[in-house]
Amino acid sequence: MIRVRDVVAQYPSAKRAALDGVSLDALRGEVTAVVGPNGSGKSTLVRAFLGRVPLQRGVVEIDDRPQAQWSPIERARRVAVVPQREDALFALSLREYVALSRYVHRSSWMRERASDRAAVDAALQAAGVADLAERRTDAVSGGEWQRARIARALAQETDCLLLDEPTTFLDIAHEMAVFELLHSLALGGKAVLLVSHQLNLVARFAQRMVLLHEGHVVSSGTVADVMQAAVLEKVYAWPLVITRDPAVGAPTLVPLRSASWRPSRP
Amino acid sequence: MHGSVDISAAAVWRALTSEDSSTNGVIVRLIRAPRVVLAMLVGAGLAMSGTALQGVLRNALADPYLLGVSGGAAVGAVLAVALGTQAPAFVALAGFAGAVAAVTAVLGVARLAQAGADVRVLVLSGLLVGAFANALVMVTLVAAPADAVRGALWWMMGSLGAASWRDVLWTAPLIVPAGALLIHWGRNIDLLALGDEAAAGLGVNAEQAARRVFLTASLLAAATVVAAGLVGFVGLIVPNLVRRMAGGRHRATLVASALAGAALVVVADLVARTVRAPLEIPLGAVTALMGVPFFFARMRTSS
Repeated sequence: MIRVRDVVAQYPSAKRAALDGVSLDALRGEVTAVVGPNGSGKSTLVRAFLGRVPLQRGVVEIDDRPQAQWSPIERARRVAVVPQREDALFALSLREYVALSRYVHRSSWMRERASDRAAVDAALQAAGVADLAERRTDAVSGGEWQRARIARALAQETDCLLLDEPTTFLDIAHEMAVFELLHSLALGGKAVLLVSHQLNLVARFAQRMVLLHEGHVVSSGTVADVMQAAVLEKVYAWPLVITRDPAVGAPTLVPLRSASWRPSRP
Repeated sequence: MHGSVDISAAAVWRALTSEDSSTNGVIVRLIRAPRVVLAMLVGAGLAMSGTALQGVLRNALADPYLLGVSGGAAVGAVLAVALGTQAPAFVALAGFAGAVAAVTAVLGVARLAQAGADVRVLVLSGLLVGAFANALVMVTLVAAPADAVRGALWWMMGSLGAASWRDVLWTAPLIVPAGALLIHWGRNIDLLALGDEAAAGLGVNAEQAARRVFLTASLLAAATVVAAGLVGFVGLIVPNLVRRMAGGRHRATLVASALAGAALVVVADLVARTVRAPLEIPLGAVTALMGVPFFFARMRTSS
């Protein structure tokens, strides 16, 4: 479980705090989605979690213990992170790449064990890249690489997952597959904390939403609490309406054309 | 065996296995043998330094010479000698200090330019720091006697011509443990190569781990500079060739780089001392003649 309490974080060169009193919980068994426009503090939240941005105030807790008290390796055994960007500059096979996350569970000179191979196989399978296991990282598409990164996090075998925009570059089918996967992982008891721009997909799959704007939590709670047209319109500074998706009735955001926003324009 | 004096293979064997006191025996035991061993150490050191720097900088065009690390080491070493020191350990220490100063400057410039690990900015600031280091060496040498200047210039171009067992004796205890440390940290380099955030998520204290690798790679480069002067591009060529075979995991790559780097510098030194025998071409010139075309070819394929 990840708990963020009243966190204030400011970059040395910045005028205002990137996170200004942010609180949220990511509980086991749930997908918790953090949404918000560019620059709202979503990625800073991920950095704060990794201890890569100093906190002026507040605390980030993992399993009821401040993250600063976990050693990096203990933290990595509890929470797997898929950061926004990650390059495999030196080509590996996807299997080797996914297996890098098993370092977390082995001492420095221990060889790969059967349990490591099993975890890697299961992760490749779950992320839908098992048939690409021997493909090299420099020979996969953007979407395949994205799924390999999720496989890498799954092979880490943690109770919590923290993903920053995991469906960038994915087409509809693969994007849906990732959301279905995250949903089933949450059902299986993991805490899934997801940073995403995909409000409509989040609205269909997440149990909780947190809307960030300029470092503040503007609204949080259930999907219905957060998917409010008036609030979202202000935060995203764009005209929009909320309808219902025809299949499951989840709130769905439809951005409007800007012409209808200012009909009086000459 | 080839050289300004040709010695047969049988004579080399005799010289190495018995107390052969003939001229050839002395040449093999006291001149050629230490030279080959030192070449292997220098090659292994440069190649491992390059492999590690490429890994943590996430940049396949990094090289201790191109990053100005070697230039910094040269300044440190020349300053130490100009101040009247002859003790190799002290010269090596001064070289290490110079190397660390240079790598700090290069990374600082890159950070100021807010370019992070941008290949062009890094290489450019490395070349600038290298040029600055070169100028510092020249200024230091102004007051030195003509002989010393000639020796220093020769050494700046890279040479194993003066290799002795004494050089091997103090170079090995620096290069072997530093190389072993890098291999030990090979897994961390694997993770750092993915990016700092990915590495942090995988349980690595990214800044600390990268700093350790940097310092150790700089120490390796500095030791090679004190032993053989500025020998460029070995740290660039070898890891790039070896990665194709050893894969993307750094423990295997580092070991393979050490072996291939040792072989490359032995061959390059053989070329340096035989092509125009009895004259010698600077070793640094031989490696640069190989390295520059390689750099351009690699730059084309990687962009």
